[in-house]
Amino acid sequence: MSGLRNAALVGNPNAGKSALFNALTGARQKIANYPGVTVERKAGRLVLPSGEPVELIDLPGAYSFEPSSPDEEVTRKVVHGEFAGEATPEVLIVVLDAANLEQHLVFAQEVIALGRPTVVALNMIDMAERDGLVLDPNALEQALGVPVVPTVAVRRRGLTELVAAIQRAEARAEGEGDDHPQPHLTLPERRLAAANIAKGAILSETAQHRLHAGLDKVLLHPWLGLPILFALLFVVFQAVFAWATPFADGLEALVALVSEQVSALLPAGFVRDLITEGVLAGVGSVVVFLPQIVILFAFILAMEASGYMARAAYLMDRMMQGVGLSGRSFIPLLSSVACAIPGIMATRSIADPRDRLTTILIAPLMTCSARLPVYAVIIAAFIPQATVGPGIGLQGLVLFGLYVAGIVGAMVAALVLRRTVTKGAASGFIMELPRYQLPRLKDLLIGLWQRAWVFLRRAGTIIFTVTIVLWLLLSFPKAAPGESQVDASFAGQLSQGLAVVVQPIGFNREIALALIPAMAAREVAVASLATTYAVDAPDEEAAAAGLASQLSARWSLPTALAFLAWFVFAPQCLSTIAVTRRETNGWKWPAFMLAYLFSLAYIFAGLTYWTAVALGL
Amino acid sequence: MTLEGLERGRRARIVAVDWDRLAPEDAARLRALGLDAGARVAVAHRGVAWGRDPIAVMIGRMTVAVRRSHAAAMEIEPL
Repeated sequence: MSGLRNAALVGNPNAGKSALFNALTGARQKIANYPGVTVERKAGRLVLPSGEPVELIDLPGAYSFEPSSPDEEVTRKVVHGEFAGEATPEVLIVVLDAANLEQHLVFAQEVIALGRPTVVALNMIDMAERDGLVLDPNALEQALGVPVVPTVAVRRRGLTELVAAIQRAEARAEGEGDDHPQPHLTLPERRLAAANIAKGAILSETAQHRLHAGLDKVLLHPWLGLPILFALLFVVFQAVFAWATPFADGLEALVALVSEQVSALLPAGFVRDLITEGVLAGVGSVVVFLPQIVILFAFILAMEASGYMARAAYLMDRMMQGVGLSGRSFIPLLSSVACAIPGIMATRSIADPRDRLTTILIAPLMTCSARLPVYAVIIAAFIPQATVGPGIGLQGLVLFGLYVAGIVGAMVAALVLRRTVTKGAASGFIMELPRYQLPRLKDLLIGLWQRAWVFLRRAGTIIFTVTIVLWLLLSFPKAAPGESQVDASFAGQLSQGLAVVVQPIGFNREIALALIPAMAAREVAVASLATTYAVDAPDEEAAAAGLASQLSARWSLPTALAFLAWFVFAPQCLSTIAVTRRETNGWKWPAFMLAYLFSLAYIFAGLTYWTAVALGL
Repeated sequence: MTLEGLERGRRARIVAVDWDRLAPEDAARLRALGLDAGARVAVAHRGVAWGRDPIAVMIGRMTVAVRRSHAAAMEIEPL
């Protein structure tokens, strides 16, 4: 046995596993992927009362050991010790939703039957009580033959007892080592037993809480449900722009201040230029979008934690069916609004392979947060800050329009793909609608911190490196007097070729220059433009002027609109391409994705430009 | 009578499921969720405006969304 002891949380989806995991391990979690598959591996450290640390892993939710998705397959393999490179968990912690015993005990019995040291966490017992259920944990313990600890993860109730039970189970694991598997029951037998055990553990039961039914009556209403969903999404997008502004302004001022300080401290020359024009202009212009990304993720995480996300999938199923997909595709696509990478990874919950492939191929069309910097800077520069109705700003409306363009593009692409490259029978839609829950602030904050960290790490690594390389390419060789620095530079010469290609769709040299490094990540386009114009600025004052005002002075409106249209479609993200390759096991589909999305980008940027020019904009 | 035709709010028991009408993956998922012969169910919601698809089925204290085509394969007896 290798050094560290380990244990794993198993249970049905919606048993409150993640909340229990957060409560047991705190914020120090390691999130990675299981090798070979893109199923998220969440690991954290739990300290036993004895002071011994235990590695705790949060396995994907499963309904049984007969897997019907890659998620469930991982859970089965890890628990059975068949996952190469992954230690077999010594102790299994089965998490049950106390209000849903009859269903959750079906899988719990399967886990307990393995005969390994097992502890049952009877979770969300407060919700069960509120629902009018009075449970007897002792009766459950006797029926199951393993320790049962009532817990309320979100209120940290029962955690001490649970950890103590885990310690006793770990001691058992060390002492015996041998498993005592119990006879295998068939599914109907387990289901019957589950019903009986649940009945035995329920002391009294009153009618189900009316709150959930009442909420669903409104939120799942045949006519009101969808308008409510769309209204909610509209509010989210308005909020992303309105609420983030003061924070973004603050960050921008901070970057400007640091830049000033550096200019004052360092002597004029290579190092000072590298820091102010390269690093601060480039990375700084991307970091200022952190507030918007955090706000967007806050809404997505709250929708997931509250149980509304599954309702959104339910409401969207009919429409998704229309383009050959199911409501299940809605959740990955909505996640792609934040970032296509978690979105594409979330497709693993789609059982049907053709549905899944189609969803992966259209996910990059959803407007990810990396496009926000690009959209935001163009909108700020070219769209007036007017209002077009009570509480509706024109800028927010344009942003909403860009999101809609991405969604419509994705739907049309799905329709076409489903009839051509991913042709086949349509799949079904089967999904549990979890009970509503008030999201807990701490869980939201942990999720937000993880997302923000991923973004900052990208800004600090990919964007930092690309920006510096670009700045070097832009700064050398030095221009002769009277010659533009951009024209003289290596980068300027490089972009000549591409400029010829993109010139018909209204793109200038600087854009061509920005598109090359933006292959790494879309938001680099903003950093590149900022770096280019900083280098090209006639004096310090002009360089200090915001990128938005630089752009509005240098670009025509048709060019700006064509640039927006380009970014609705262009698959400019190396990480997305990499994750697509891993998810589809080869280069065929990422190559296809690149080809069809770049073609769309070129065509639609061109159409936008020519139309705008014809209209005399 | 099938689950598809069950009135909203009315309780029923599934007496038989015609698994051959369903895709094998869908059948496995429905069984895992307990939608099988013997289960007591009720229709809580019928889907959005046009087509009224999917439908939300109550089973025990759990709510599961399924397509109408799944419900049509489930023979029920109202309680």
